[in-house]
Amino acid sequence: MLTYLVRRILYSVPVLLAVSFVTFWGLRITTDPLLKFRNLRNAATILPIQRKRLGLDQPIIVQWWKWLLNALQGDLGVSSRTNGAVGGELIHALGTTMHLVIWGTIISSVVAVSVGVYSAVKQYSIGDYAFTGLSYIGIAMPPFWFALMAIVLLVTWPKVHWDLDQPIFYSIGLHSTDRSGIFNLDYFRHLALPVMTLVVQTIASWSRYMRASMLEVLGADYVRAAKAKGVPRRTVILSHALRNALIPLVTVMALDTAFLFGGLIITEKIYSIPGTGTYFLNALTAGDAPALLGYTLLTGILVITANLIADVLYGVLDPRIRLS
Amino acid sequence: MTESMGPSTDQVDLELAVGAEAAPRTQWQLFWRRFLKHRLAVASLLTLTLISFACFFADWVAPYDLDELDLTLIGVVKGPSWQHWMGTTDLGQDQFSQILHAGQISLKIGFFVAILSTLFGVTVGALAGYYGGIVDQIVSGFTDGFLVIPQLAILAVLLKYFGQSTNVIIFVLAALGWTYVARVSRGQVLSFKEKEFVEAARAAGATGPRIIGRHVLPNMVGPIMVNLTLSVAGAIITEATLTFLGYGVKPPETSWGFMLSANEGAINDTAKMHLLLFPGLMLLIVVLCVNFLGDGLRDAFDPQAKHST
Repeated sequence: MLTYLVRRILYSVPVLLAVSFVTFWGLRITTDPLLKFRNLRNAATILPIQRKRLGLDQPIIVQWWKWLLNALQGDLGVSSRTNGAVGGELIHALGTTMHLVIWGTIISSVVAVSVGVYSAVKQYSIGDYAFTGLSYIGIAMPPFWFALMAIVLLVTWPKVHWDLDQPIFYSIGLHSTDRSGIFNLDYFRHLALPVMTLVVQTIASWSRYMRASMLEVLGADYVRAAKAKGVPRRTVILSHALRNALIPLVTVMALDTAFLFGGLIITEKIYSIPGTGTYFLNALTAGDAPALLGYTLLTGILVITANLIADVLYGVLDPRIRLS
Repeated sequence: MTESMGPSTDQVDLELAVGAEAAPRTQWQLFWRRFLKHRLAVASLLTLTLISFACFFADWVAPYDLDELDLTLIGVVKGPSWQHWMGTTDLGQDQFSQILHAGQISLKIGFFVAILSTLFGVTVGALAGYYGGIVDQIVSGFTDGFLVIPQLAILAVLLKYFGQSTNVIIFVLAALGWTYVARVSRGQVLSFKEKEFVEAARAAGATGPRIIGRHVLPNMVGPIMVNLTLSVAGAIITEATLTFLGYGVKPPETSWGFMLSANEGAINDTAKMHLLLFPGLMLLIVVLCVNFLGDGLRDAFDPQAKHST
């Protein structure tokens, strides 16, 4: 197990390095770090000085290596948009994003598992067909359209129709201006729609996986044996079948991490939530190379970590799988 | 449709059972018969064909001209009516006509991205699987690298730099979209490589490209076609999302994603809801149909495979 882990981490390192180099090189070509000095009156004298100061006169690989050494010490450089430290800004943004990630993951796994189990146990029932139909729609629906329709129908419509001062759900930010803290009504009224937007596709696809894997387990011999010896139906489903059916879902969930961060870009833009997705979009608009590099590194590390955790969990949950 | 299918199938079975001389069927006939039994897939194929025709011949089909303004309706956004099936826009344009024109770009991007990325992905995947070695490692490294960062982020960066014309969007989406199908075809080729018929071909002196082209690829038509279909859906959604973020289709070109992006302000006005509803509904219907079509093809190509639904 340990050797496997070490080998996986050792394999992830070159992938991450290659990705960061390609990003670094790509951004050096496409963005201009000297942009803000170009229009100065004394540009002719200042540009060479700044170029030397930023190390732009050196070969690209040397520049990348210096960036990497600094990044490993936690210094991701200075954002050309805000003049703040990219590392600190990203951590701050990640803190906001985690609200969505944590609630999104909890809700989508609970709902997807429940729906999947129900559909498998009551296969070909009306409920099963209804959930199947809904999941097809959920998978086919562009999440940003879902968000727009949700705002019209759940924020604007009730507010106009019932003449409310405040909408039932909010569509901007995570808190009202004078509020903070979590686990209060204001927070949940802000969180409801963004989390819904984030989970609609994952619930749709995870519940399909869950249904398929549950059906497979329910057909297994040991489940039939448990039923035959008179174990109550509830116990068979919840403790014999469910625990084994969950294993494949873990891998799917981990593999969807990159997809999740893609979804966050959309969700945070629509609901004006200052998380990593918004940070990325702002950086992209401004051509802020250090910030974009930092974002790439952060998501890269998070995705790789999620995949590692999934591999380990897979081994823990299913002792038959030998990781070597 | 299946009603009329029923008796004829029984008849065939009967003939076979009695041992009467039934004409031999080609693989394609068998495939087609299985496909026709998948009612949803057939209905989806018809719907998709209808929508595609309506969009690509929008100049003739659309009830109103694209720049025809109903002067009495300027500023008065109207919901759906008999005159305007999908309502009118702020400028008094007919939304149904706009949707048909916008569909051209959405569908064009979907179809071309799917074809390009499949062609490239299958070629690269087949070569990587058959020859292994350095090609294989480069492909695997490339796909692993792309799995690490959200696709949407990479695409947005690339489009911002390379420009946002339809052709550029098609190439950029295809340039990133081939990795999945490459993985699939690599795996397929790896498994076929060890089969006897490939060994026989090799023994008979066939060269690598000939073996891949004549013996391996025809066996992979099923998975490739299913993938091609599903990537149409992926490309359409990705284009819409990127356009919504401001890195996709730009005026004067429009797409369904562009319409949603342009009408984003309607979230604050329930009277304008149809401006958000219909472009999104078109995306939903097309993607839904494409996915059903993919399911139907999968079942028709591989009748033995277990499927979850």
